Amino acid sequence: MSTITKKEARDGIFPSSDVMLDLKDLKKVYPTPKGDYVVLEDLNLQIKKEEFVTIIGHSGCGKTTMLSMIAGLNPISGGSISVLSKHIKGPGPDRGVIFQSPSLMPWMTSLQNVMLGVNQVFPDATKKEREDVAKYYLQKVGLEDAFYKKASELSQGMQQRVGIARAFAIKPKVLLLDEPFGMLDSLTRGELQDILIEIWNKEKITAVMITHDVDEAIFLADRVVMMTSGPSAKIGDVLDINFERPRTRKSVLEHDDYYTYRKHLIDFLEH
Amino acid sequence: MKASLTLGKVTNFLGLGFFITLKDLFTGKLEKEEFKNFLRKTIVPLVSILLFIGLWHLGAKSLYNIEAKFKIEKALQDQGQVAADALKTCMVSGESSCQPNTLPSPSQVWNSFQSLLRDHNIISADKAAFIEKTAAMNEKRVAAGKAAIVYTGRPSFVDQVFTSLQTVFAGFLLALLIAVPLGIFIGLSPNLKSAFNWFIQIFKPVSPVVWYLLVFMIVKTLLIGSTEDSSFTISFISVGLCSMWATLVNTAMGVSTVDKDYINVAKVLKLGTFQKIFKVVLPSSLPLIFTGLKITLSVAWMVLIAIELLAQSPGLGLFVWEEFQNGANDSNAKIIVAMFAIGIIGFLLDRLMLMIQNWVSFDKTDAI
Ligand SMILES: Nc1ncnc2c1ncn2[C@@H]1O[C@H](COP(=O)(O)OP(=O)(O)OP(=O)(O)O)[C@@H](O)[C@H]1O
Ligand SMILES: [Mg+2]
Repeated sequence: MSTITKKEARDGIFPSSDVMLDLKDLKKVYPTPKGDYVVLEDLNLQIKKEEFVTIIGHSGCGKTTMLSMIAGLNPISGGSISVLSKHIKGPGPDRGVIFQSPSLMPWMTSLQNVMLGVNQVFPDATKKEREDVAKYYLQKVGLEDAFYKKASELSQGMQQRVGIARAFAIKPKVLLLDEPFGMLDSLTRGELQDILIEIWNKEKITAVMITHDVDEAIFLADRVVMMTSGPSAKIGDVLDINFERPRTRKSVLEHDDYYTYRKHLIDFLEH
Repeated sequence: MKASLTLGKVTNFLGLGFFITLKDLFTGKLEKEEFKNFLRKTIVPLVSILLFIGLWHLGAKSLYNIEAKFKIEKALQDQGQVAADALKTCMVSGESSCQPNTLPSPSQVWNSFQSLLRDHNIISADKAAFIEKTAAMNEKRVAAGKAAIVYTGRPSFVDQVFTSLQTVFAGFLLALLIAVPLGIFIGLSPNLKSAFNWFIQIFKPVSPVVWYLLVFMIVKTLLIGSTEDSSFTISFISVGLCSMWATLVNTAMGVSTVDKDYINVAKVLKLGTFQKIFKVVLPSSLPLIFTGLKITLSVAWMVLIAIELLAQSPGLGLFVWEEFQNGANDSNAKIIVAMFAIGIIGFLLDRLMLMIQNWVSFDKTDAI
């Protein structure tokens, strides 16, 4: 078990050419009627290329705030965020987002929902090529029979599958996920975790995912990032997960380190 | 199977769902627990309609008696016993010229309705004959570069209804073309919103009569020197301006309250303004826009009568006004026929809008 202090994470145990996402001295202040509320302060985190990072922390500590800042949907109050050493300017398709609620356009079919992004990112491709991309990813998430179904007619789990397809189909460099499976039953959640890992593994992109579920955090991640409770939340601890990939749920559960990892995370959350 | 299913849907849309229940009753398909439902949906409305007609009949009768008594007493005082007796026998005989003028009874209204239909058939036949007769001559006239002779006879009641529908649709279209785009702009821009807010608040409650006068002032000047009859133009513009507010307010509201998640998706995908409006904002505000359009259409139909009456433009409003002025013995009954026509058409228009709304809108549960 190896942990990295926040200083190390900040100053780079990784060569800078390996860094995909770099958060430096990040700060977020929400003005409230009772004065400014500092949610995040001095938050430093580096995430490597092709890494899968999960983030856990108490409810209300500022996880969504941090993720939406990376997505460019929420202005930064201080510090900086860069992707491949470039400061981000607002949202963009290099950072795909999967929201907690599927956020599909309910009046569109699954295919149209995915096409909405694909059309944006590959404007020079022919319609056929773009449709093939969209269909490829829909098929990857197991929706080959639901291309032409209205999003409003799909179950929650199927909608989130479309959300995953939409996010991957725009070929982002970084995929940001905010408790994407929080609203699903455990069976569906397991299926979608497998699908997510499979596509992530194939596409070689960087993933940052918020979760409340310690087991999910361990099963999916290369590193689990723990955030301290707010106000002025920062990175409290980072845990490397050294399981080999591809992982199966069974092999992870049977691994000797599993309970050590789990205890580490729970100890952190209970303090 | 499929056909009866869609039939069921259509009748349900029209609020005539009880027809299906009625059919089930006769084909013996009705379950016992459905019987209560059947009572509520079929028997209760039928009973209430009969009750309404009965009350109306009794009310009309007592009004008739009051009026008759007064008339006879007046005749007695002014002209003596002989005249009074003559009037009495005349009334009892049912002779129409001496009937008291009051609220017509249901049967009188029904008779007037039928006579209006007969009148329509006569006029239509007349018109068809005229067209046939002038066809050859008109062909020559057109070939010679002269204007064709058109039928200028009196319009029938049914013609008036169609004229009114034309006016209302023209007004509705105008309202739609102004209010929807304007509503989108207002909804998208907080600045425009505050610029237009006072404007909307002030003009929304203005009454149809005032709108008519305003439009009249402007159109009269604009069309100065033109020999065209401007009454149609004036009335449809007034109807449009009067009725567009609900659509304007609802569109602006729909556009400014699009789900934040959708906006975030649009931002992440970096959709252009055009794409954002047409692929995200508009579809998601369609339910509210349609609610507005529905109100607009019913308001348009409601104010139409008053405006036609003022504008002296042909249609149901003018029909009512002329019958009122006319004061013939069956004028009152004709006015009541017009009232029912207005009510029923208004109801059908509302249902039509609901059907279109259900058809275009993504959220099937949202309508009504
Ligand atoms: N727009 C806002 N204005 C003011 N305060 C806000 C705003 N958004 C979030 N907050 C506050 O900032 C803090 C962090 O919120 P955030 O949603 O990031 O937490 P979270 O870690 O994602 O919580 P959860 O696990 O419940 O999703 C909370 O105390 C919240 O009340
Ligand atoms: Mg959150």
